[in-house]
Amino acid sequence: MEYIIIIISAIFVNNILLSQFLGCCPFLGVSNKLSTAVGMSGAVCFVITLATLVTYLLQYYVLVPLHIEFMQTISFILVIAALVQMVEIVLKKVSPSLYQALGIFLPLITTNCAVLGVALIVVTKEFTFGGEPHMLNLAESVVYAFATSVGFGVAMILFAGLREQLALNKVPKAFQGIPIALITASILALAFMGFSGLV
Amino acid sequence: MAVQSSFKNMVLCLLVICFVSSALLAVVYAVTKAPIEAAAAAKTNNAIAQVVPEFDGTPELSQINVAGTDYTYYKVSKDGAVAGYAIMAAATGFSGPVSLMVGVTADGIIYNTSVLSQSETPGLGAKCTEPAFADQFRNFNPAEKVLKVKKDGGDVDAITASTITSRAYTNAVQIAIDVYKAITTGAQPDAASGASVSANGSSEPENNGGQDNE
Amino acid sequence: MEDRTMSKLQLITKGLIKENPTFVLILGMCPTLATTTSAMNGMGMGFATLFVLVLSNMAISAAAPYIPDKVRIPSYIVIIAAFVTILQFIMQAYTPAMYETLGLFIPLIVVNCIVLGRAEAFANKNSVIDSACDGLGIGLGFTLALTVLGLIREIIGSGSAFGFKFISGDGILVFVLAPGAFLALGYLIVLFRKLTAKK
Repeated sequence: MEYIIIIISAIFVNNILLSQFLGCCPFLGVSNKLSTAVGMSGAVCFVITLATLVTYLLQYYVLVPLHIEFMQTISFILVIAALVQMVEIVLKKVSPSLYQALGIFLPLITTNCAVLGVALIVVTKEFTFGGEPHMLNLAESVVYAFATSVGFGVAMILFAGLREQLALNKVPKAFQGIPIALITASILALAFMGFSGLV
Repeated sequence: MAVQSSFKNMVLCLLVICFVSSALLAVVYAVTKAPIEAAAAAKTNNAIAQVVPEFDGTPELSQINVAGTDYTYYKVSKDGAVAGYAIMAAATGFSGPVSLMVGVTADGIIYNTSVLSQSETPGLGAKCTEPAFADQFRNFNPAEKVLKVKKDGGDVDAITASTITSRAYTNAVQIAIDVYKAITTGAQPDAASGASVSANGSSEPENNGGQDNE
Repeated sequence: MEDRTMSKLQLITKGLIKENPTFVLILGMCPTLATTTSAMNGMGMGFATLFVLVLSNMAISAAAPYIPDKVRIPSYIVIIAAFVTILQFIMQAYTPAMYETLGLFIPLIVVNCIVLGRAEAFANKNSVIDSACDGLGIGLGFTLALTVLGLIREIIGSGSAFGFKFISGDGILVFVLAPGAFLALGYLIVLFRKLTAKK
């Protein structure tokens, strides 16, 4: 039950893009075409889940026992950068077709704040899923990270679909590009606000 | 411009940068450690001073276990007699925990409350920090009034369109009252006293018609 | 790519209008949207980024000649992360209230594309002083944009400016919430384009 609450909450209620504003750069940058949006979402999903697993272990089995929590930011970003590199190399060897699909997005992900954001959220914030405020355990963290990245994908793909339609319309010159995308995102965020209070 | 990459100088370069950065961080950490702790202590002390009557000396930190959960509280005294307790309590609000510092005087009256942290929606639930709502709990006597929102048959006016936040705030205060009772009499709250310790009082079904969505 | 004859003053002022990171380059969207619920918060975030930008620009510009090309990006990220962590300590110690309000978005300065972007585009091929000026200019432009956006959202959303309330009751609440952030930024970019196009 608790996992279902985590999943619904992370995908719809607290959507990472539309209510927490993490990962806005790719949201605005690579959402012109549906196919690239799908590729980006897949890559992000993969990296967020993996990165959260590794940084969670790093936090509780290395940083906390050694009392060097102040190295949190620097070690997390290093782990993420290394992880992205590794995923790229492994993917190239193991599944060239998947690498073809996700490859070009991987280097961009290091500086996607959604990845570092989720990794930091799970080790710093108290959650209230199913009762009393508590810190997430390993399984909950991974489920939360995965659901969050699915939420990223949902918002990203919806938005790309809207923008593909938008490209066919006449937009006033000053609104072209980012401004009209932002206004579209605003309406999409309004729609997602309808989910609030669901959990 | 940059140096040619070879395996040796790449590793060396990264090592040097990591080492210098870590050393720098360790130094800054050592220098700012005391001020950071002082700032955190000042925050707690401010919250305590806000919620309890005038006292002398330093607040005495203790912990107590009530119904399976550990609660932190501070005992303050004036002229050797107990002046009151500042109790930290939290309950689930709309978008996360609402944590309060609740001051209870020696005779069981709520002196004042103060919000330690909350992540409620700005303009809606976040109004629980404003005096219009929070001042209702000033000098609130739980023996005379019912500590529930009016919708649930109590005496607390809920924030417009933010019943869940108001309920969470009220529940947190109720938890503090239960903790106070446990401190003074050692009594554990009886299960019949309603939504008290369960921290999540909004388990009953709601029919708000979508208006009170927070 | 930068004009060698550019004066220090020009380096600073170009970040304000011509290369404004928010309105023209559309970089660093996450903190821009997330922290501008009020003018003070926007300004705090702006100055926090400015601090990191100037110091990291200077450090990277000084270190760039000694860094092998292939490990350029990881090295820059470590340097930036170090300054961000230093900023975290300083803010925790001396402005704890602001630190708490901005929360997650302080460590996320590490992945702000503006900081890494300036390191790549400017600092690694210019002198330390020029890089400091560039960081200062871009940082001020960012601060200005965030303050203006925060001010607009605060005025419309809660009827106050810099915390000073001038109408009783509530404003149009949605402007302090997520959809309002997208909407306000969208229209602000349009306005900025109109104003700068006339000149």
